[in-house]
Amino acid sequence: MTVELRGVTRRFGDIAALQDVTLAAAPGEFLALLGPSGSGKTTLLRILAGLDFPDEGEVLIAGRDVARVPARERGVGVVLQHYALFRHMTVFENVAFGLRVRPRRTRPSEDEIMRRVGRLLDLVQIPELSERWPDQLSGGQRQRVALARALAIEPPLLLLDEPFAALDALVRKEVRRWVRGLHDRVGLTSVLVTHDQEEAMEMADRVAVMDQGRIVQCAEPDELLAQPASPFVAGFLGETNRLRGEVRAGWLHLPGIGRAGPLDLADGEAEAFVRPGDLQVRAATEGAARVRACRPSPAGGNRVLLETDSALLEGVSPERLDRGSPCEAVIAAAIVFGANGDRVLFSAVQNTVPAG
Amino acid sequence: MSLGLALIWLGLIVIIPLGALALKPWELGPGGVVEVLLEGRTLAALRLSFGAALLAAGLAVPLGLLFAWVVVRYRFPGRRLLDAAVDLPFALPTAVAGLALTALFAPNGWLGAPLEAWFGWKVAFTPAGIVVALVFVALPFAARTVEPVLRDLPPDMEEAAATLGATRAQALWRVVLPSLLPAMVTGFALGFARAVGEYGSVIFIAGNMPMVSEIAPLLILVKLEQFDYAAAAAVGLAMLLLSFVILLALNLLQRRLRRAAA
Repeated sequence: MTVELRGVTRRFGDIAALQDVTLAAAPGEFLALLGPSGSGKTTLLRILAGLDFPDEGEVLIAGRDVARVPARERGVGVVLQHYALFRHMTVFENVAFGLRVRPRRTRPSEDEIMRRVGRLLDLVQIPELSERWPDQLSGGQRQRVALARALAIEPPLLLLDEPFAALDALVRKEVRRWVRGLHDRVGLTSVLVTHDQEEAMEMADRVAVMDQGRIVQCAEPDELLAQPASPFVAGFLGETNRLRGEVRAGWLHLPGIGRAGPLDLADGEAEAFVRPGDLQVRAATEGAARVRACRPSPAGGNRVLLETDSALLEGVSPERLDRGSPCEAVIAAAIVFGANGDRVLFSAVQNTVPAG
Repeated sequence: MSLGLALIWLGLIVIIPLGALALKPWELGPGGVVEVLLEGRTLAALRLSFGAALLAAGLAVPLGLLFAWVVVRYRFPGRRLLDAAVDLPFALPTAVAGLALTALFAPNGWLGAPLEAWFGWKVAFTPAGIVVALVFVALPFAARTVEPVLRDLPPDMEEAAATLGATRAQALWRVVLPSLLPAMVTGFALGFARAVGEYGSVIFIAGNMPMVSEIAPLLILVKLEQFDYAAAAAVGLAMLLLSFVILLALNLLQRRLRRAAA
């Protein structure tokens, strides 16, 4: 089903948690809301769930404005951050809850509940845990129970609030793929809230990047990486070096690194984002930069941490460099934002002149 | 080491006095003890003490729950004062509480007069007055055992229930109350234990008519004043055993509830 937010604003006192947010998800889409803590992504999810209500704007689920409809009438599946399992109920009863609280007219029979809960536990691959209590389960198992419980009400829309935060790193990757697979098998529309860019990029069809209550960019992961709309997006996504410099006469001057160009930006302050793979470090006889650390990279070559007088940067080098030795860096590719917000993608090895 | 210390303390403070209490009545001989306990006045006093204490604990639990709910879930001016006020029965000399309640519920008191005029209810100097006094002393136990559990109850369980389609009443009945039940049983047990041994506040409001509104602790005192120490100890022993059985049963119930919740 389609989900759409139009001009949604939510204020807590003087602070606007959401400002004029407009966003849409197509049926079957997996959408991620990505942002630092305090960016408003959880507020947005709670408004979608009906656990919070916007001060202004429309919330359309399947074309109906539900902005004032409370959670229990929405039929939206929600997996909350710490799963919020009912501690005094077995796994079976947790999953059956959504069926048992239905009005008598629409409540399935006991046999039907047994059958449906059994099917859901099979779906999340924990049929053997049916009689356990929540605190006898591991984090991953709890999450599966929470998912099965949310899916029991057959929601067309599934909301996930940081669902992997409580899992340890090893399980997390596997569970992410499994959840995405489940989304595809069940044919859900899903909205995931996360502060982990890797998680968002890996799982979602589209990622909405949020900052200070606004959606700053909503696009497919590849597009976000290739064409970030603002320095905030470029800085928040992926590992990247953030360099401050100045554009003068079509050349970008980066203190301690050198200059790069020519590029089509007006004169003034500029910010360049360079991925470590695009910052090529080599030994130099003298220079403003020093090698802080150098270790072999699993991808081949060496990963170098270098220090200029103003910044600590990560780059790569084909050969091993000594700690403390002078070095210079060449920028192979960068995304540069000018003072007026203009963006250029810069990629020209030959035109980089190291400092020194 | 720590076990040894605990046992020594327990022995000095609990076991030895109670042991003495258990031995004293037998000066009367088994027949004499049975005779004292089966006396109509003793039976009436025990029935009143235990009945009123169970009823008072039963009333104090929902009242305490309501109180804890208001203090934990709502923000209003005077909340902290209210929060502190519920502990007053802990600190107040119970005789003072008894006098205050008696003045309030007496036939010419602020509450006693309208209750009698409108409904024909007599509270002071009847068993109903005893229940009122016992609720007063049991209430803080009920409120204070539920309150921390309620405070720690994550609100997201209620939110999860709402997203699954539960009404507010269903969320409270199926999610919140079961989580609080073990604490409520504890509050009931503590409130009951406090109420059954209560003396100071009750004797002012009860009227103390033998067979009608005379509580067992008062009967013990009456027997002591008649220098009938063994008979007093016999009533005391009966109270001890009854209380022990009831508290043990509550403890077992509570353990079962906790296991279910754990």
